[in-house]
Amino acid sequence: MGLMTLDVPEASAGYSHYGVLARFETAKALYRACEAVRDAGYSKWDALTPFPVHGLEKAMGLKPSKLPFLVLATGLSGAGLGFALQSWVHIQGYPLIISGKPLFTWPAFVPVTFELGVLGAALGAVLGMFAFNKLPTYHHPLFRSKNFTRVTDDGLFIAIEAWDPKYDDRDTAEFLSGLGAVEVEHVPIDDPADDSDGGGAA
Amino acid sequence: MAQSQDNTQEPVAGRAPLIVGGYDFRSLTEAVAVPVERKTPIGWWFFFLPSLAMLGLFGVSIGWLFWEGTGIWGLNNPVNWGFAIVNFVFWVGIGHAGTLISAILFLFRQKWRTSINRAAEAMTIFAVMCALVFPGIHVGRVWVAYWMFPLPNQMDMWPNFRSPLIWDVFAVSIYGTVSLMFWYVGLIPDLATIRDRAKTRIKQIAYGIFALGWRGSHRNWLHYERAYLMLAGLATPLVLSVHSVVSMDFATAQLPGWHTTIFPPYFVAGAIFSGFAMVMTLMLICRVLFEMEDIITMRHLENMAKIMLLTGCMVGYAYGIEMFIAWYSGNPYEQFAFANRALGPYAWAYWIMVSCNVLTPQLFWFKKMRNHIGWLFISSILINIGMWFERFVIVTSSLHRDFLPANWDYYQATFWDFASLIGSFGLFFTMFCLFARFLPLVATAEVKTVLPEADPHQGEELVRVVPAGAGTEPAPQAAPAGGGGS
Repeated sequence: MGLMTLDVPEASAGYSHYGVLARFETAKALYRACEAVRDAGYSKWDALTPFPVHGLEKAMGLKPSKLPFLVLATGLSGAGLGFALQSWVHIQGYPLIISGKPLFTWPAFVPVTFELGVLGAALGAVLGMFAFNKLPTYHHPLFRSKNFTRVTDDGLFIAIEAWDPKYDDRDTAEFLSGLGAVEVEHVPIDDPADDSDGGGAA
Repeated sequence: MAQSQDNTQEPVAGRAPLIVGGYDFRSLTEAVAVPVERKTPIGWWFFFLPSLAMLGLFGVSIGWLFWEGTGIWGLNNPVNWGFAIVNFVFWVGIGHAGTLISAILFLFRQKWRTSINRAAEAMTIFAVMCALVFPGIHVGRVWVAYWMFPLPNQMDMWPNFRSPLIWDVFAVSIYGTVSLMFWYVGLIPDLATIRDRAKTRIKQIAYGIFALGWRGSHRNWLHYERAYLMLAGLATPLVLSVHSVVSMDFATAQLPGWHTTIFPPYFVAGAIFSGFAMVMTLMLICRVLFEMEDIITMRHLENMAKIMLLTGCMVGYAYGIEMFIAWYSGNPYEQFAFANRALGPYAWAYWIMVSCNVLTPQLFWFKKMRNHIGWLFISSILINIGMWFERFVIVTSSLHRDFLPANWDYYQATFWDFASLIGSFGLFFTMFCLFARFLPLVATAEVKTVLPEADPHQGEELVRVVPAGAGTEPAPQAAPAGGGGS
């Protein structure tokens, strides 16, 4: 999880552009366009939206998140460690006979076992989500685009990356405008100060 | 903005809009982000400064407590648990409505929750903060408060995991942690919105750090939404367990008045009841102060009133069952404890509790009262007073007359008891004021998903319910965000 690193694969070496960024006017248009990009066989691309457009993963051909498996594992670990801690404390660490009860009083350990299981699962869900999403990633070529600030407001975007095998500077841009994009621009990789070569409305 | 449209009626065809006022994505962003960005409104200081003063009182009362000891409180021999535990249970309970709104209503796909969940979750966190102060400070020897945690130490001593008090430590602290994570995950996209709109470098960096570089990638949303769903699924049993565990602090004791099996569900219902009352109080103020009447609409308020009616009736039922079981048990100590509760020295507190908690919500049977802003506000305050007294009645009226009449005494709160109660409200409201000033009060990204144009299949069969412009701007719903583009 690279703090302060570009979320750009090594493949980007030698490319002058990050890729093409296209803005769509409605969620419906974006959905249709995603289906078309998927069907055209692109693989290094993304849809960028201010809110989760429901069902877009189908249009993009993405597989469901694997996060639940991680959450299950961390949850069970939390519960297991919690139960082990309590058993160890009462059998080994500090054995005290209270009210003539046995040392291994497992029913009394249930609440803390449960709570620690929830803690483990919740930490797994949040930290796992950060890891899967490579968050935090404070620098990204897309932030070079002036237009892109709209992605957290009302902008619905598709970005196709330059190292996609099917990518072509001109054809891909034309393909996206053909799908109904209202703005199409090339996003540079370097030089944060420079955004002059982007922004050309198609 | 006045009430521009009544959305409390379900139309015959289709559903009433969740938010009114003809918002599109951009104007919604504006409505939520502008209160964070503009100059602080005067009204905000009006709430913040008194809260800060109350927080100062909290600091003084805790400082004096640490210096002098728990003798400054009105505790006596049978009543060893006073305001500290009452306030603790009260504040934990307040928090529960936030989790109910953010997690349980999410699992039930109650989309109206999106307008209020952010503020309700924030309320949860601040309430848990207030709650956690009390067990920390009430132990007497505060310098050994760390004994509550299973930390290796030179005495080779460990906590007793068979005690509900240690369950409580785990339940409440984990509840606070999970609520904080849930709230923060929900905030990330909205922090990114504020970052992208920020005009100054300081704001860009401050909000940017916490936005983690979020860029709305759908590959990210996929994991994000899954994480959110998992957190909701985890928070739901967690919240039910927390107040159940809190109730076991009492229920596992043998004291008449505490030793009842009804406590866990009864405490959970009461917690949600009081929490919704607090959400109501806060939302009624915020929606006016931050001009969000069209986002936090009458429909939201009415739905909350319905939940308050339901949980209020559950609480009333629990009061009745407690009395019935005390009689039916044939146990003279139980019978005495409950007769004494209603007729003894603390009868005044008992009847405040019954009238506030059982009678007040009954007016919500009438739609007119569920839509009456003034009554909603008054009843939300009354319910919170009643719910505080519920905990007071449970704690003190059970303790002050125990098995041996020679032990009997009357607990009278001192100035410092009240100072810590008022002070905890200071902590709560100070935190809430800061939240309402510096963070987006409404989960913008989530509310956008309930706008009709967020549906990628919005098509011929679905017709957008355009507000029949009652006096406000006509707001013809063109393509969303036509303004700045192309």
